[in-house]
Amino acid sequence: MREISRYSAWSLARKALFGTRWRRAWRAADPRPTYDVVIIGGGGHGLATAYYLAARHGITNVAVLEKGYLGSGNVGRNTTLVRSNYLLPGNTEFFEHSLKLWEGLSHELNYNVMLSQRGQLVLAHGPGQLDVLARKGNTMRLNGIDAELLEREDVQKLVPFLDYSAQSRFPIYGGLYQARAGTVRHDAVAWGYARGADHLGVDLIENCEVTGFLRSGDRVIGVETSRGTIHAGRTAICVAGHSSQMTAKLGWRLPVESHLLQAFVTEPIKPFLDHVISFGAELFYVSQSDRGGMVFGGHIDGFNSYTQRGQLPKVQTVAECAVALIPGMSRLKVLRHWGGIQDMTPDGSPFIGRTPFENLYLNAGWCYQGFKATPATGWCLAHTIAHDQEHPLIRHLSVDRFERGNGHDEYGLGLWNYKQ
Amino acid sequence: MAMTNMVSGSGTISSNAMLRIPCPQCGLRDYSEFRYAGDATKSRPGLESTDPREWHDFVFLFDNPKGAHREYWQHVQGCRQWIVLERDTATNRVGSASLARERGHV
Ligand SMILES: Cc1cc2nc3c(=O)[nH]c(=O)nc-3n(C[C@H](O)[C@H](O)[C@H](O)COP(=O)(O)OP(=O)(O)OC[C@H]3O[C@@H](n4cnc5c(N)ncnc54)[C@H](O)[C@@H]3O)c2cc1C
Ligand SMILES: [Zn+2]
Repeated sequence: MREISRYSAWSLARKALFGTRWRRAWRAADPRPTYDVVIIGGGGHGLATAYYLAARHGITNVAVLEKGYLGSGNVGRNTTLVRSNYLLPGNTEFFEHSLKLWEGLSHELNYNVMLSQRGQLVLAHGPGQLDVLARKGNTMRLNGIDAELLEREDVQKLVPFLDYSAQSRFPIYGGLYQARAGTVRHDAVAWGYARGADHLGVDLIENCEVTGFLRSGDRVIGVETSRGTIHAGRTAICVAGHSSQMTAKLGWRLPVESHLLQAFVTEPIKPFLDHVISFGAELFYVSQSDRGGMVFGGHIDGFNSYTQRGQLPKVQTVAECAVALIPGMSRLKVLRHWGGIQDMTPDGSPFIGRTPFENLYLNAGWCYQGFKATPATGWCLAHTIAHDQEHPLIRHLSVDRFERGNGHDEYGLGLWNYKQ
Repeated sequence: MAMTNMVSGSGTISSNAMLRIPCPQCGLRDYSEFRYAGDATKSRPGLESTDPREWHDFVFLFDNPKGAHREYWQHVQGCRQWIVLERDTATNRVGSASLARERGHV
């Protein structure tokens, strides 16, 4: 283990007084010829997996190979929402495990990931929808997760600036509130896990694109990269939107289509929105950043794409959602919008686990929901790699589930958007 | 697959611009008039096939290429025809478009 420079009030004061330089948070490692475990993709999931392999399973001869720089993918592009309000068995437990890990993460990593448990409110715009939310809330409470059903009057007290007028297109009937949900500083998650993994001896190798696999029959024994050949005892794929590109090198087709999701931020305004709000009439959610910008997003653009550039008609529909929900937002200027490539699956649920290839593990298909899953994915994938056996929390997420008729559809938000 | 540029006069369509689709009936239109309908290179198993593997692969698996793609769109806010479009998924550059029924697609 490397000498750790811990962050603390004491180290801050000392640097302030004596002006000594902060050391780099992690080394720039060069690839070695062989590792026990190679993880492809230096996003949130790959870095979390490397960290838990080293911290929980004592496997430290590990490399994370990233084609760009760490955190250049979706981990740095998402809208930072974390929550555990899921209905389906399997999901409820998995996402609650993730939220619990979020709650301890800044301490675990000695790195402030700025978890802000500001609460998330999911709205119902009709009595039927409120019943559905009540059922979800009950499921959560039966699993020991906090959930509160709010009536229209409670919602109005909590967030008075929504459209409660008689002519509102989507009248508000109530909502489901999870107080422990909130936001996390996304870049800090990548940096915190990177620093933690590096301290435990993991090599984080940037500008290293994986271009192929080394095989011995159906066993994967390493990878070809832009920085040479690397042999690996075990290999894990954590490349998000490029999952199909990676498995194509093995002649393996996935139940995945890559789609573009946009996100938006407005000019900063004074503190206004204290919670995360999810519209119930369309896929639309909004929160306010610490700098004051309203951060929001909606549906994927609607056709498969690797361009990372959003199309304008989606800007319009998302803006329409914003104004239908919070009329006051009509006066705000959008500062930036950007896109990320999501690996969409038929049932909207991801794949984590072993693969048809020995010593190869897949983590893919996270659709809209991979950021909140980052700690639990790392936790479960590390276990799966260390034991060559799926962690109990992810048994419902195997990549061959459609062959067995076991699709796991929480929302109907998968790649079939064009058939909805 | 050759990506011929169907736009006359206006240069190439890059990923900066809105995706526009050359409908064989209506001409070049914004993609928002259309509805995307997926990969057109897959061929459906014969209706008499009872092999679950064949149907699984047809329904659930995708090549999902980064590059040339042949895909269905329906011009729902225009002539309502089904179209087979060639498009590069890495740049959104469009190639030829033809009516699905003329290509033997049903
Ligand atoms: C706009 C947007 C908003 C979102 N909002 C939310 C949200 O609010 N809440 C939520 O839970 N989820 C959200 N998501 C989803 C979430 O961001 C992703 O599911 C999650 O980040 C994916 O895991 P990752 O962090 O490991 O991915 P990434 O950060 O994309 O990591 C994958 C890495 O693999 C690298 N890579 C790819 N190919 C190769 C190769 N051949 N060799 C080496 N490296 C390679 C990439 O460069 C990339 O760095 C959102 C996504 C987007 C795009
Ligand atoms: Zn037409």
